[in-house]
Amino acid sequence: MPLKFKKPDSLTDIAMHYCPGCTHGIIHRLVANAIDTLGIEGKTVGIASVGCSVFAYNYFTCDMQQASHGRAPAVATGVKRSLPDRIVFTYQGDGDLAAIGTAEIVHAAARGENITVIFVNNAIYGMTGGQMAPTTLNGQVTLTSPYGRRQQEGHPVRMSEMLSTLDGARYIERVSVHNPAHIIKAGKSIIKAFEMQLRGEGFSMIEVLSTCPTNLKMSPVKALKWVENNMIPFYPLGIIKDGSVKV
Amino acid sequence: MITINEEMCQGCGLCVEICPRKILALDESKINDRGHTPIVMTDENACTGCSLCAVMCPDCVIEIE
Ligand SMILES: Cc1ncc(C[n+]2csc(CCOP(=O)(O)OP(=O)(O)O)c2C)c(N)n1
Ligand code: SF4
Ligand code: SF4
Ligand code: SF4
Ligand SMILES: [Mg+2]
Repeated sequence: MPLKFKKPDSLTDIAMHYCPGCTHGIIHRLVANAIDTLGIEGKTVGIASVGCSVFAYNYFTCDMQQASHGRAPAVATGVKRSLPDRIVFTYQGDGDLAAIGTAEIVHAAARGENITVIFVNNAIYGMTGGQMAPTTLNGQVTLTSPYGRRQQEGHPVRMSEMLSTLDGARYIERVSVHNPAHIIKAGKSIIKAFEMQLRGEGFSMIEVLSTCPTNLKMSPVKALKWVENNMIPFYPLGIIKDGSVKV
Repeated sequence: MITINEEMCQGCGLCVEICPRKILALDESKINDRGHTPIVMTDENACTGCSLCAVMCPDCVIEIE
């Protein structure tokens, strides 16, 4: 009898270094499952970024490259343009994509590069110990916003909505992994984005709301509730832009 | 039938919380090689094979057939 649930073949057997209950692990599994489902492991190239997911290259069996902070969309552009038959994705945190890498993501989207971006928004700089990110919510306490984020620190940036105004961006959706129903939905969205790339349809980004229990200083269960109750009201889920060819 | 790869478990409790039958628990008597308290199945017969625990697990600890 076939297994009803098993670890995707496109994930290595290496134990991931993420903290207990961190949803980076779930998102890795969804990306690997998409690669398995589409049978593209042999021609996929992933670009890891800087942040807790810096070691993502250890966890996927496909070809991987690590980019310097924020530069993953530029590296992905180079790989995709020189090897157009490859399926190229970036895996970037919110510090990486929305702070130091803002220029790269904006221009990759504006150019309409035929790549897929997995944008993991956990509203914080996880790796470096919990500093405020551009995506940190108003009032959210972090290491560098000890009184809660105030107006003088700027308002949180909704990257998906911002990028959707660019003509080059074809598909942008925000999903979440705070419960099984949303995890399954997120997995389908990632498959859709890869399928679009296979058809040469251009730039796609899936923003995944994620948790950092360690720096939120909450249990993993409470951190999922925090995403549901605090992040989703500010970062509404759903398709933000759909320029995909209907098939 | 669920299979638990105890050595990969980080004891985060996400599966324990989501299981509708409340048959997964952290086994406080154990520490695995990763230094965590792994889960244990407390009543195999009550498991419906719904897979919710496996879907929630960030570490691919649980397989279901
Ligand atoms: C050029 C450069 N500047 C700053 C850093 C420090 N740094 C490492 S990771 C990081 C932020 C990561 O946050 P995010 O992308 O949200 O990833 P997370 O860890 O939350 O998944 C920063 C600022 C660096 N490594 N390189
Ligand atoms: S610091 Fe946060 S984002 Fe990084 S692995 Fe730990 S929980 Fe995950
Ligand atoms: S498969 Fe369903 S019933 Fe069985 S342990 Fe997992 S969550 Fe509980
Ligand atoms: S969700 Fe996975 S890692 Fe967390 S306690 Fe359950 S089996 Fe262990
Ligand atoms: Mg982050």
